[in-house]
Amino acid sequence: MAGLATSFGSGAMTNSISEIGEASCILAIGTNTTIAHPVIGVEVKRALRGGGKLIVANPREISLCRMADIWLQHRPGSDVALLMGLMWIIVDEGLLDLAFVQERCENFEVFLDSLKDFHPKFVEQVTGVPAEQLAQAARMFATSKPATILYTMGITQHTHGTDNVLAIANLAMLTGNIGKPSTGVNPLRGQNNVQGACDMGSLPTVYSGYQSVADAKAQQKFQEAWGAKLSPTPGRTLTEIIEAPNLEPIKAIYLVGENPVLSDPDATHVRKALERLEFLVVQDIFLTETAQLADVVLPAASFAEKDGTFTNTERRVQRVRKVIDSPGESRPDWWITCQIARRMGAKGFDYQNPEEIMSEIARLTPSYGGISYQRIEQVGLQWPCPTAEHPGTIFLHKDTFSRGKGKFAPLQYRPSAEQPDADYPLILTTERSLYHYHTSTMTRKVKGLRKLRSQELLEINPSDAQKLGITDGQTVKVSSRRGQLTATARVTPVSPPGVVSMTFHFAETPTNVLTNPALDPVAKIPELKVAAVRVEPCRPEQNAPAPAMAGSR
Amino acid sequence: MSNVNLTINGGKVSVSGNATVLEAAQAAGIYIPTLCHHQGLAPHGGCRLCLVEVEGMRRLTTACTTPVAEGMAVKTDTPQIQQLRRNILELVLSEHPHACFTCDRKERCGPLDICLRNVGVSERCVTCPKNRRCELQEVVNYIGMPEMTVPYTFRGLSVEKDGVFFDRDYNLCILCGRCVRVCQEVRGAGAVAFTYRGSQALIGTAFGQPLYDVGCQFCGACVDACPTGALVERSAKWMGTPDRQVTTTCPYCGVGCQLDVQVKHEHIINVIPNKDSPVNKGQACVKGKFGLDFVHDGDRLTSPLIKKNGSFVEASWDEALDLVVRSFSKYKGGQFAAIASAKCTNEDNYVLQKFVRAVMETNNIDHCARL
Ligand code: SF4
Ligand code: SF4
Ligand code: FES
Repeated sequence: MAGLATSFGSGAMTNSISEIGEASCILAIGTNTTIAHPVIGVEVKRALRGGGKLIVANPREISLCRMADIWLQHRPGSDVALLMGLMWIIVDEGLLDLAFVQERCENFEVFLDSLKDFHPKFVEQVTGVPAEQLAQAARMFATSKPATILYTMGITQHTHGTDNVLAIANLAMLTGNIGKPSTGVNPLRGQNNVQGACDMGSLPTVYSGYQSVADAKAQQKFQEAWGAKLSPTPGRTLTEIIEAPNLEPIKAIYLVGENPVLSDPDATHVRKALERLEFLVVQDIFLTETAQLADVVLPAASFAEKDGTFTNTERRVQRVRKVIDSPGESRPDWWITCQIARRMGAKGFDYQNPEEIMSEIARLTPSYGGISYQRIEQVGLQWPCPTAEHPGTIFLHKDTFSRGKGKFAPLQYRPSAEQPDADYPLILTTERSLYHYHTSTMTRKVKGLRKLRSQELLEINPSDAQKLGITDGQTVKVSSRRGQLTATARVTPVSPPGVVSMTFHFAETPTNVLTNPALDPVAKIPELKVAAVRVEPCRPEQNAPAPAMAGSR
Repeated sequence: MSNVNLTINGGKVSVSGNATVLEAAQAAGIYIPTLCHHQGLAPHGGCRLCLVEVEGMRRLTTACTTPVAEGMAVKTDTPQIQQLRRNILELVLSEHPHACFTCDRKERCGPLDICLRNVGVSERCVTCPKNRRCELQEVVNYIGMPEMTVPYTFRGLSVEKDGVFFDRDYNLCILCGRCVRVCQEVRGAGAVAFTYRGSQALIGTAFGQPLYDVGCQFCGACVDACPTGALVERSAKWMGTPDRQVTTTCPYCGVGCQLDVQVKHEHIINVIPNKDSPVNKGQACVKGKFGLDFVHDGDRLTSPLIKKNGSFVEASWDEALDLVVRSFSKYKGGQFAAIASAKCTNEDNYVLQKFVRAVMETNNIDHCARL
């Protein structure tokens, strides 16, 4: 979440889930909330019941659109233009919160200068959204306060994902919708503990609590606490771990609980890279596609079989409790890692239980300083929570931003890295299903969920389908510059003309062999949301029977 | 809002000024029977079981819809109120089997015993999946069984099996409308509604279509809201009361719903979204409510594996860890990297990055959150 850190000094969701239900206006951009985060969808619904307004910006006619007051159907990859267009109108009509901008923010003039390029006529051309509708949305957002912005992967998985986030931050600052209840910029995290994994320092550049490894003071502090010499050189990002031709080759990987062979863009490539290693250890609860490649597989306990904490998307640290015993020889991940460390002769890995680990985290991590199992027994606490007396923080940036002043970012419109052309005329964007989760290592083991959605579906607009001679339920070949696969077509107006979509939940249809690994230069997030593809019907004898229950979910 | 003081059955109670009489009674630990009321739903005032007497008011009023006021004096259990409640119950029970309320053998009867009361099989207490976990039983226990002057008729409907994770047996439905309201008001799905078959009011989908085709999200909110055995999770259906319940955090998305996980014979049999959590307020989605069985899957890894000549063989922890340790020792520094998991706990992640930095002497650690 590099963009947010630039604007405000912190990359987490600024406000809380239960505040969404009290907002007067919600802008949901690049989030299929009712599918990916149904319980947030419940909050959105609550806001609407209370008279709140909803603006949805999404290329696809997702179910949230049905509840929306305004649906902006912009082209995939045109988010910056759309958002800057909204701001152009807000400034032009004098609907900005000038007092807030002057008191709390900086770099406004430079931003204003870059805004000049986003005349609604130009924005209409780029995004496909009529200027009049854009103006309506701009007025609605700027005049209904408090207003909050929700977004997810639809915003970040682009080569210009960081720009998208900066644009969102600009919009919140411009309208004074930050640092107050029911406002803010709210990235909804896809996986249960992404926030926690980042907070804990599972990142190449920082220790826990975002303390930089390059900072001499932090290095000193952790060296003393851990009794070891620590490197001040930032490590490699995931993509660079998998492959970095110009760096020293990685020879051994310890991979915990992930299945990159399925989730990574350009999956073929990941498989090859992992096969090239001298030593691969995979620690997981199932023998995943990735685990098959390992030299050693270590059996882990599932979430239901261990104690610990997860930090949710609103920065709330909550207890995970052991419900049942773990099967066979499987063990909690922390226990396994500690065993390896101890057998390598390291000190400081003899915790008796996760609670002891949490006390060490609290001691060394300012934002978690006041967190203890005792305090979160009933209800979790939201960081920053620096001391044992601190009540936790419901929303960030109240009187001042984490970085002092909120920083406006000048932005330009840059098209997606890959544009459709004669050979690959359609845009493929990736989606999620309500019934599955990530690479579905877990959900596919649940019979009912498998029944509701058992295979990959390629959603395609009726007009495109007709042109290509594709009927609903037919098997189609999908190819991009990087690979090809077959899937079952679902013809539906949910997908706009020129755009097709797939999920990445199914091993036998590894969507990510198609997607573009081109990275956002700052956040290093690959462009999973826009790839150019070609879709062709397969010969009739290759047709699979139509799925029994095939909804667009 | 500032607090107001009132008395309930003579006892003093002080609650927030925007509470209802029902909430005030609940806060004071005084039971008022309810059927249509449900936490998280707007007060409905439909079943009228929660009738109370308020001093100075001409008529009895429903506690679930009446706001508290300073100095209010409330009575919840006068003979007149109890009689009215019995009259209401009588109507409810004219269409709900009542062997489970009246039979004096119910404590002793098992599913395989022959019923001594000549009750039809489909109406027996032991064939109700909610027997002993039922809100209607609780209400009848409190109010007392009314004398039945209207005859009881069994609806004779077939059980709807299209819920994938739950069944709908409208023979047991008391038409409180909780499922309809939670589905519409809270979830925004509007999959079920009041329908009619002749003059008979029922709950169902439009034109009796399968749930999948009417926009059901299979969230199970209706099941959690239903007071009777009409809507019941299949996984828990014949399991009776759980051995224990543990509150934990959902392993799926970043919302972090708090779930009360129920266990019987060391198996997860049911999940109830936690009502007191500020995060999910008694709600969850299909994955959290019905998707936790994967932990019991037969494919779970139960032993360390070492690859020998291209295939995996089971190994002891000592063997596997020694091999890992020997190999890792060769790659300290820039040749080593770890990939952490956004599914693992904070403690798991903290220990892993500490290991990478302090023992493997590198900062090469990242996780898949970028994806
Ligand atoms: S499962 Fe959810 S969506 Fe389906 S009928 Fe019940 S409340 Fe409505
Ligand atoms: S199915 Fe259950 S919740 Fe719905 S009206 Fe009948 S008794 Fe009430
Ligand atoms: S609970 Fe009050 S009227 Fe039903």
